[in-house]
Amino acid sequence: MNKEAIENAVRSALQPQELEIRDRSEAHAGHAGATSDGGHYELRIVSDKFTGLSPLARHRLVYAAVDGIGESIHAFALQTLTPEEAQARAQKRPQRRTISLHS
Amino acid sequence: MADIQDIIQDQVSKHPITLYMKGNPRAPQCGFSARAVQLLQQAGVKELFTVDVLADPQIRDGIKKFSNWPTIPQLYINGEFVGGSDIMTDLFQQGELQKLVSKVQG
Repeated sequence: MNKEAIENAVRSALQPQELEIRDRSEAHAGHAGATSDGGHYELRIVSDKFTGLSPLARHRLVYAAVDGIGESIHAFALQTLTPEEAQARAQKRPQRRTISLHS
Repeated sequence: MADIQDIIQDQVSKHPITLYMKGNPRAPQCGFSARAVQLLQQAGVKELFTVDVLADPQIRDGIKKFSNWPTIPQLYINGEFVGGSDIMTDLFQQGELQKLVSKVQG
């Protein structure tokens, strides 16, 4: 599984307003299972589709989106926010920089 | 041999708090598992039952099917799947993890 495949899958399933994907595989290389299991990725997704859903349900949506696009997922660090939540966080923590990949 | 799904069901039913992780609490083999253990300790867990999925490929595979959740760690409280380390982090920050823990510890 690579970053681009993840990005495409998440975009088509969730139409995110913001999507940030970071490949953190290097930081975890070498520990047990890291090689056999695929990469570590950090995702920050802001999407309307999360509105009204529990964190569990949000994560399941993301996992369902990337299911079957490649190798198994080793680890996803997920931040799943609705646009309102993202805005609230941005106001609370103005120092946090987020990169929007939305074109 | 007992079905692996039955074994898992048995594990999560018998223990109020069960964590499927890589390694064990003293020597976690993955940063996410380490974080999960740390959060549970901070949430006041006294008795934690952990299963090292690296020690048993069948459990490692089976737990992902059991919860329909592709990653480890996985937390179960009173037999119910709570989530992975990100959800645990969110719950802890909201004070909800502490509540869940104190509920089952009485």
